[in-house]
Amino acid sequence: MTEILDILVSAAFWTAVLRIATPYVLGTLGELLCERAGVLNLGIEGIMTLGAMAGWMAVYQGADLWTGVLFAAFCGALLGLLHAVLTVPLGLSQHVTGIGVTLLGTSLSYFVYRLVLPQASTPPTVTPFQPLDLPGALAQTPLTYLAFALVGLVAYVLYRTPVGLAVRMVGENPAAAEAQGLSVTGVRIGAVMAGSALMALAGAFLTLSAFNAFFFNMVNGRGWICVALVVFASWRPGKALLGALLFAVFDALQLRLQQVAGGVLPYQVFLMMPYLLSILALVLVARRASYPRALMVPYRKGER
Amino acid sequence: MRLEPRNDTPLAVRLLAPVAAVVAALALCALLIAWTGAPVLRAYGLLIEGAVGSRFALTETLTRATPLILTGLAAAVAFRAKLWNIGAEGQLYMGALAAVVLGGGMLNLPSWLLIPAVMLAGMAAGGVTLLGPAVLKTRFGVDEVVTTLLLNFVVLLLVSMLLEGALKDPMGMGWPQSAPVDPAAELPKLVERTRLHAGLAVALGLAVLLWLIDTRTIWGYENRAVGANPRAAAFAGMPVSWIMLRTALLSGGLAGLAGASEVLGLKGYLTLDLSPGFGYSGIVVAMLAQLHPLGVVGAALFIAGIFVGADAMSRAMPVPNYIADVLVATSLLCMLVAGLLARYRLRRG
Amino acid sequence: MTVTTSAMPTPVAARADGKAEVVLRLAGITKRFGPLLANDSISLSLRAGEVLALLGENGAGKTTLMNILFGHYVADAGSIEAFGRPLPPGSPRAALQAGIGMVHQHFTLADNLSVLDNVAVGTERLWRPWSDRGTAKRRLLDLAGRFGLGVRPDALVGDLSVGERQRVEILKALFRDARILILDEPTAVLTPQESAGLFETLRKLTADGLAVVFISHKMNEVFAASDTVAVLRAGKLVATHATASTDREKLAELMVGRAVKPPSPAPLAPGEPVLALSAVTVKSDHGRPLLDAVDLTIRRHQVVGIAGVSGNGQTALADLVSGLIHPDAGHAALKGETVDRADPAAMVRRGVARIPEDRHSAGLVGAMAVWENLIAERYRDPAFSRLGVLRRGAARAYAHDVIDAFDVRCPGPDARTQLLSGGNMQKLILGRTLAHGPDLILASQPTRGLDVGAVSYVHGRLLEARAAGAGVLLISEDLDEILALADSIAVIHHGRLTPLLPHDRVSVRQLGLLMAGHWDILPEIVDAA
Repeated sequence: MTEILDILVSAAFWTAVLRIATPYVLGTLGELLCERAGVLNLGIEGIMTLGAMAGWMAVYQGADLWTGVLFAAFCGALLGLLHAVLTVPLGLSQHVTGIGVTLLGTSLSYFVYRLVLPQASTPPTVTPFQPLDLPGALAQTPLTYLAFALVGLVAYVLYRTPVGLAVRMVGENPAAAEAQGLSVTGVRIGAVMAGSALMALAGAFLTLSAFNAFFFNMVNGRGWICVALVVFASWRPGKALLGALLFAVFDALQLRLQQVAGGVLPYQVFLMMPYLLSILALVLVARRASYPRALMVPYRKGER
Repeated sequence: MRLEPRNDTPLAVRLLAPVAAVVAALALCALLIAWTGAPVLRAYGLLIEGAVGSRFALTETLTRATPLILTGLAAAVAFRAKLWNIGAEGQLYMGALAAVVLGGGMLNLPSWLLIPAVMLAGMAAGGVTLLGPAVLKTRFGVDEVVTTLLLNFVVLLLVSMLLEGALKDPMGMGWPQSAPVDPAAELPKLVERTRLHAGLAVALGLAVLLWLIDTRTIWGYENRAVGANPRAAAFAGMPVSWIMLRTALLSGGLAGLAGASEVLGLKGYLTLDLSPGFGYSGIVVAMLAQLHPLGVVGAALFIAGIFVGADAMSRAMPVPNYIADVLVATSLLCMLVAGLLARYRLRRG
Repeated sequence: MTVTTSAMPTPVAARADGKAEVVLRLAGITKRFGPLLANDSISLSLRAGEVLALLGENGAGKTTLMNILFGHYVADAGSIEAFGRPLPPGSPRAALQAGIGMVHQHFTLADNLSVLDNVAVGTERLWRPWSDRGTAKRRLLDLAGRFGLGVRPDALVGDLSVGERQRVEILKALFRDARILILDEPTAVLTPQESAGLFETLRKLTADGLAVVFISHKMNEVFAASDTVAVLRAGKLVATHATASTDREKLAELMVGRAVKPPSPAPLAPGEPVLALSAVTVKSDHGRPLLDAVDLTIRRHQVVGIAGVSGNGQTALADLVSGLIHPDAGHAALKGETVDRADPAAMVRRGVARIPEDRHSAGLVGAMAVWENLIAERYRDPAFSRLGVLRRGAARAYAHDVIDAFDVRCPGPDARTQLLSGGNMQKLILGRTLAHGPDLILASQPTRGLDVGAVSYVHGRLLEARAAGAGVLLISEDLDEILALADSIAVIHHGRLTPLLPHDRVSVRQLGLLMAGHWDILPEIVDAA
C-alpha cells in the first residue's frame, strides 16, 4: 500500500501519466468527432499506425518534426476520407468498412516501411520532440501540450460554433439537418476527415515523441481502447480528457507495479489490465450511455 | 447520382461481384507494385505460380486455406445474425490452447476418440470466449465489436503468459512454446510428404453442413430472421437472445476449431505466431463470400493463394510480402462497394 | 384549454380575389418511383395570405409533391417558381432561401438538442468562429410571442410534448423568414383542441401575409382551415375549388373516385371476458411508469378503442398484450388464465392475434420470402417442421392458401416481402394472424398509411372477427377510426386509462379534453352513461 502511495506522489509518475495519456487523448478526440457526426470509425487502429509510420518516415527522410506531424495528419485525413466516402454517401456497414480501413492502414504502413528499409534488423531512429524545460510533470513535449489544447478547441467548436452545431445535428438527426439546408454528406465527411487527422496525430506522437522509431504492432490496440473511451466519456470532450487521464493513471501504475511486484505476478497480467479496464468501463456505462441517435445509421437522401 | 435498390439481384450479378472486386483490388495494388519499380505482370505471374504453379504450391495453398475456411465461416455465421464478432483471432488461440492442454497427454485415449475430443474442446474454448461479449451485448447492450477486439489482446497475453509459465516446453531451449501434443492426437496427412492435413476435410464438411442448416432447418430460418430484423423476429415469438448466444457459441467454436486444427494438423505445438492474422483475414473471406457458407470455401482458397503466392513473389523480387495484406484489405473494401452495386443500381437524378 | 373552433376569425381569403400576388407556381410536376407514378403532371399555384389544403388519400402523392417542392426529391419533369423566380430542384437549402418552410409529418427535430439549437442550426454561416446565441434567442422569443407559439428555448426537445414540438417546427420555418409554409398532415398527432389551436396560428400567419399549404386526408380540417382545396387522386390533380363553394360529399367522391360507405358495425351483445388487466403497471428502464395501474376488460363480440395522443403509453399497452413486456405490478389474464409472464409465442398459442403498430420494423422481415413470414408465428408446428427440418413444400402450400384467402397481391409465396405495398403487407399480417380463429385481436394502428381500399378491407376483417366471437383491442391515433369501429372507448393519458365509455355517449369534444388530460370531466360522462 505504501508502495502505491510512494508512486502516486512522485513527479516521475505524473510525467509518465501525461505522456501515456497523450495518444489516448488525441485518438479519443478523433473518434469522438467522427461519432458525434454519426459515423463509427473503426479505422482508428490503422489510421494511428499510418500516422505513426508516415510522420516518422517524413522526418527520417529529412523533414523537420512539425512537417512530419502535419504529413501524418494529412495521411490520416486521407484514410478518413476513404472511410467517409464508403460509409456516408455509399452507406456501407460502418463496422466492416472500419475493419477494412484498419487492415489497409496497417498493411500499407508495413509495406511502405519494408519497401524503404528492406533489411533493417534494428529499427533506425530519428531525433524526437524534446520535453519543454519546465519543472516536474510539466516537462512534456509540445505534442502533449497540443493534445491538451485540442481538447479545449474541439469542445469549443462543438458547443460554441455553427459548424459544431451542424456536426452534432447530423449525428442526432440527419433528416433535420438536411431540412435546415445543411449537407449531411459534407458535414459527415468533414468531421470524419478531421477526426481521422487527430487519430493520425496520436500515432505520430508515438514515433516522434514517446519513442524515436517505428515498430510493427506499435499501436497495439490503443485505437480500440480509444473507441471504448469515447463511450465511457459519453461523447463529451471534457469527459474524454478525464477518461484518458484516468486510464493513463492505471496504465502508469501497472507499469510501476510491474517493477515493484514483478516477481509475484507474471508481467502479462499487468499488460492485460488496460484492455480489461476498457471492457469494464464499457459495461459500467452501457446502461446509461446516450449514443448520438444517428450513430451507425446510414443516411440516404430521399430514400423511401 | 443516386442509389436505387434493385428489386432482385440476379444470380449472375451476385457471382460476378466478388470477381469484379478482386480484379479491382489487383488493379489498385498493381499501382503499388509499379511504385516499387518491379514489373507488374511478372510480379502477378510469380504470385500465381507461387500459389498454384506446382503440386507443392497447391498443397501449401490448401493448407493455408484450412484455417481461413474455418475463421471465414466463423465470421459469416456471426455476421449473418448481425453479431459483429471481430474476435476470431483470440478465439482461435483459445481453441489452440485447449488443444495443447488436452492433447498434450492429459487425456489418454485412442486416436479415433482423442482427436474428436480435442477438437470439440477447442470448439468449446473458442465458443465460450465469444459467449462473454455476446452476453454483454444481449444483457447490457455493450457493443461487441470493441469487446471482441479488446479480448484478442487479452487472449494473446494469456497465451504468452502460459507459454512462459505453466505450459512452457521444458525441452524448448527457452523458447516460449508449449510441449508438443501426443502423436495420437495429430491429424492424419491428406497427401504424403506435404503439410496438407485432415483439417481441410473437416473444414469442407462443416461448410456444407452449415449451408444445409442455413437453408433446410428451423435453426437457419431463425438465424436469418434474427439477422435481417431482430425486432420482427422477437415479435413473431422467436427467442432472439438465445439465438444470439447460440450463434456466438457456433461462431466462436468455428474459430476455436481453426486453432485446434492448426495445432493438431500442422504445428504440433503452440507458439505466439500460430496465426498470422487468420482471425482478421476470416472477416475478408466472409465478406468476399457474401456470407454464404459455400462461398467461404472459394474465398478462403483465393486469400490463401494470395498469401502463399506473395511469399514466393517477394523472394524473387524486391516487393515486400506485405503486399498480400494490402491486397486482402483492398479486396475487402472493393467487395463492399461491389456488394453495394449488386444490391443497388446507380441512377441519375 | 378552451375550445375555439367557433370563434375563428374570418378567413383572409376574402382578400385572395386576384389581387394578392401569386407566390408559388408548380407546373407539370411528374415523379416516378420505379413502376409507381407518384405525381402525374401536377400544376398548382398559391397566393400570399392563402391557405391551400392538399387533400387526398394515403398514397395519392401529396407528400411526394411537397417533398419535391422542398427539394428532398427531384422531379422527373416539371418546374417550380417561387416569388417569380425558378426554384433549383433537389436542394432544401435553395427552398429555404426562396422562403419556403416545411413542417414534416414525422418531425425533423433532434431530441438531445435544445429548442434553440434545433431552430438555429444552419442559419449562420458555417465557418463563423462563434455562434451568436443571444440574438438568436431574442429573435426566437419575439417570433414565439408574435404568433402565440409559446416555447422554452433552452428545453431539450426530447422533453417536449407533441404539440410543443410542432410549435418548434413552425418556429424553425418562421425563424428563417419563411413566407410559404408547408405542413404535412399536421393534425395527425394532435387532440381536437390542439388542432383548433393550430388553425388559429395559421390564421395569424396568413394575416401576416404568409401562404400556407397543408396536407390532409381529413375532410373536416379542410373546411375548418382552408381557403382553397386541391384534390389529388392516384398521383393526379383531379380538382381545385374554393373551399366555400364545395361540400363534403363532392370532395369525398373526388378524393376516392367513388362514394365511400363508412363501416357500420351491427350491435352485438358482449360475451364473456377474453382479456382482463387489473391494476397493471409497467415501468421504463429508467423507472418512469409507462402504464400506470391500468384496468381494462375486453369481452367477446366487443371492439374496445384506445384513444390518445401518441406517446402516452399506447406502445407499452400493445407490447404488453403482444407478450414483449410484462407487468411490473398488477395482473393480466386471458380467458381467465394469468399471462403475467407470457412471451410472444405463448400469447400466440393462447389465441391472441397481434397486428403490430409498425409493420415494416416489427411485423415482417422484409428481406425474407412471403411464405417465410407467413409461418413466422408457428414454424415449430408439426405442420411446418419435423425434427428441426423445415417442411418447405407444406409451408409454401399453406402460404398459397392464405394469399388467396386474404387477397394478398404478390407474385407468389417466394416473393420477397419488402417488395409488397403497404396494404398488401398489412393483409399478409392479417392472414398470418387471423387465419386461426383468434379469441383476442390486438390491432395497433392497423390502418396507418394505408389507402382507402386497404383501410376498408382491414376494417371489414376486424368486424368479421368480432362477429365470429373475438374481442378486439383497437389502439389508434385516428379518432375517426375509433369512432367508426369501437363499441366502447377508453382514453389513455400519461399511462393512465379511463374506464370504458360507450361510443354513443361520448362526444368528440369530450374525447379531446380527455386526451389532453382534463379528466375532471369524467364524472359527467360516466354519470350520463
